[in-house]
Amino acid sequence: MSIDRHQGGTATVAQRSTDFVMEVQHLTKRFPVGGVLDKRAVHALQDVSFSLPRAKIVALVGESGSGKSTTARALARLIEPTGGRILYNGRDILREEPRSASLSYREDVQMVFQDPFGSLNPAHTIRHAIERPLRIHRKAKGRSAIRERVETLLETVGLTPPGETASKYPYQLSGGQRQRVAFARALAVDPKVMLADEPVSMLDVSIRIGVLNLMERLKEENGISFLYITHDIASARYIADETNVMYAGRMVEGAESRELIDEPAHPYTQLLLSAVPNPHAGLRTDEATTRGEIPSLIDPPPGCPFAPRCPHVMPECQEAMPGVTRLNAHHWVRCHLHGSGQGEPTANLPV
Amino acid sequence: MSSTISTVESAGPTGDELVQQEHSRAGRIFRSGLLGLILANRKATIGASILLIFILVGAFAPAIAPYDPDEFVARPHQAPSLDHWFGTTGSGEDVFSQTVWGTRISLGTGLIVGVAVTVIGALVGMTAGYFRGRIDDVLSLVTNVFLIIPSLPLLVVLAAFLPAGFWTIVLVLTVTSWAYGARVLRSQTLSLREKDYVSSAVVSGESSFRIIFAEILPNMLSIVVAGMFGAVTYAIGAQAGLEFLGLGNPSSTSWGTNLYWAQNNAGLLTGAWWTFVPAGLCIAFVAFSMSMINYAIDEVTNPRLRSQRDTNTLLRTSNRKLGKSRATPVLRPTSGD
Repeated sequence: MSIDRHQGGTATVAQRSTDFVMEVQHLTKRFPVGGVLDKRAVHALQDVSFSLPRAKIVALVGESGSGKSTTARALARLIEPTGGRILYNGRDILREEPRSASLSYREDVQMVFQDPFGSLNPAHTIRHAIERPLRIHRKAKGRSAIRERVETLLETVGLTPPGETASKYPYQLSGGQRQRVAFARALAVDPKVMLADEPVSMLDVSIRIGVLNLMERLKEENGISFLYITHDIASARYIADETNVMYAGRMVEGAESRELIDEPAHPYTQLLLSAVPNPHAGLRTDEATTRGEIPSLIDPPPGCPFAPRCPHVMPECQEAMPGVTRLNAHHWVRCHLHGSGQGEPTANLPV
Repeated sequence: MSSTISTVESAGPTGDELVQQEHSRAGRIFRSGLLGLILANRKATIGASILLIFILVGAFAPAIAPYDPDEFVARPHQAPSLDHWFGTTGSGEDVFSQTVWGTRISLGTGLIVGVAVTVIGALVGMTAGYFRGRIDDVLSLVTNVFLIIPSLPLLVVLAAFLPAGFWTIVLVLTVTSWAYGARVLRSQTLSLREKDYVSSAVVSGESSFRIIFAEILPNMLSIVVAGMFGAVTYAIGAQAGLEFLGLGNPSSTSWGTNLYWAQNNAGLLTGAWWTFVPAGLCIAFVAFSMSMINYAIDEVTNPRLRSQRDTNTLLRTSNRKLGKSRATPVLRPTSGD
C-alpha cells in the first residue's frame, strides 16, 4: 500500500513555494545553562531547515535529545527560537507575530503531544477538551451545534459511542483512546498543519498502527500536513512521504522515505537503520559499528557533531559542518563523505 | 478493609490497573459532590459538623441567645446556673448570650479574611508562577517583602492606628497574611505550568487568564482550599488576639472582646472562669474543626495517607504489628491464611 502511495507522490511535482505550507529556515535555539555569570548555552537546535509540503507527512527521526521535540515546540510557538525563520504560507510568522502566535496561526497549526496521560487536563471531561477550541475559534455556534460537532469529531477519530465518550474523564480512557481524543481536539479547529510529537511512542505496540492509520486518513481526507516526530525509523517509513534525520540539534539527512531507508547516505542514518531489527534479512554482516553517546550540546566544538562516533571520521569532520550535498532530486545529506556541500543548507527538495 | 488484603493476596492487578482504580476513586469523589466527599471521610464529617453548628449558631444568634449581650441582666460574676447557663460577666451581662452573639463577628471575620487571603494569594501567586520572568520578579519581590515583615508587630501597629472596627481588623489581617499562600501557590503553579495539558491549551489558543484559572487552578484546588482553611483558623485566632489586646472595637461583641472584658474585670483573679473559658473553647473548637477538614482534604488528595489509614485500621482490627521501617507498608498473608 505504501509503495503505491509513494510512487503517486513522486509523480506529482508541482510549483515550488506554493507547494509548501511551512518552511523552516536556519532555525536555532539556545537555552542558557543557568547562572548569572555563566555564558554557556545548550545548543538545542542549530541551523535546522526543512519544508512541509501540503497534505504530506514529513517525519523527523533521531535519538532522544536530538532536538526533534524542540523543533515541534518552536513551530507550535511554545518556545521562542533564538534565530532563524518560520515561514507559514510564505509569511514570516516570527517577525509578524513576535510575542505570541495569533489566533489565526493557532487555528491553522495544531500539535499532538507525546504523552496522552499528560496532555488532557484530568480535571475536565473529554467534552470540555474538545469544546474549548471550538468556542475559542468560533467553529460552531450554539449549544446543540457544538455538541454535534464534538460528537462528529469523536466519531472521526474512531471513539464510539461519541456521546458516552464525551462525558468521560481522561482517567476513564486508555492511552490509545486518549491519544485519539488529543487528535480530535487538534482537529476541532480544522488545522492545516499538525505537529505530532511522538504520538505513538507511549502507546501499546498493538494500538500504534491504529493511530498511524488515523494520521494517514486525516492527511488524505482533510489535506492536513503532518510533521511526524519519532525515534522509530520503521514507523516513519510506514507513514511518512519524506523523512529527515536529526542528530544533536542538526539536520543531517533528508530524503523520500523509502529511498532514505534503502540507501542511507549519512553514517548516522546507517547506524539508526542497523538498530532496527529486520525480520527478513537474517543476520546482517555489514552492521554499522559505532559506539558512544550523543555529545554534550553545551557549546559544542565546530565540526560535525557525529564525528566522535563516526566510523568514517576524517580530519575535516572536526573542523567544519559540511553544507548540503544533493545526491539526487529527492535526497540530500550533510556529510563530508559525500562532498563538502557548498550549497546553502536550505530546505529539502520538492518530493 | 478486607479489600486491602485480597488485593495483596491475589497480586492480580498490575500497576496500571491500580493507578486506574486510584484515578476512578478520585474521580468518583470528584463527581459525587461536596456532601459525598464529607460523608466519605470521618475526619471531614466531624470537622464539617462542628463548623456547621457554629455557623448555625452565628446565623440564628437572635433566636438562640436568651438575653441582649450588651444588657446588664444580673449581678456581676454569677457562676453558671439555670438562668444564666454560662454565668455572668464582671458587669453583669449574660456570658452565654455574649458567646452566641460573638460567633457572628469571630466566624465572619475568619471566613472573610480566609477567602480574601486565598483570592489575593491565588491571583498574585498564580500570575507570578505562570508568567515567570519580569512579572514574577516584581510579584515575588512584593510577596517576599510581606513575608519578611514580622506580622504580629505590624498587626498591632496597623490596628492601633486605624479606626477600630470590624473592617479594620479584616483589612489588617488580610494585608499581613496573604503572602504565605501566594508563595505556596506560585510554587505549585510553576510545576503545573510545565504539564502538557497547559501546552495543549496554549496551542488551542486559550487565553492566559483562562489557562491559569480554568486549566491549572482546578488541579491545585486541594492546596487552595487547604490554604483557605488554614487562613481562616489563623484569622480567627489573630482577631481574638488583637481584640484581647484591646486593639479591636471593645464595644462590639466577639470572642476576642469577651476575653478582653474578662481580663479587664479580673476574671482570672476572682476565679470567674466562666467568663473566659467559653470564648476560649469556641476558638479552640473552630480551629479543631478546620484542622479536621484539612486533614481530610489531605487524605482525600494524598492516596498514601489514605492507604496508611486503612493499614492502621487493619492492623488494629487484626492484631498485627508493623515494622519500624518507613517504606510503603506491604501486607503479606501469613502462612495460616
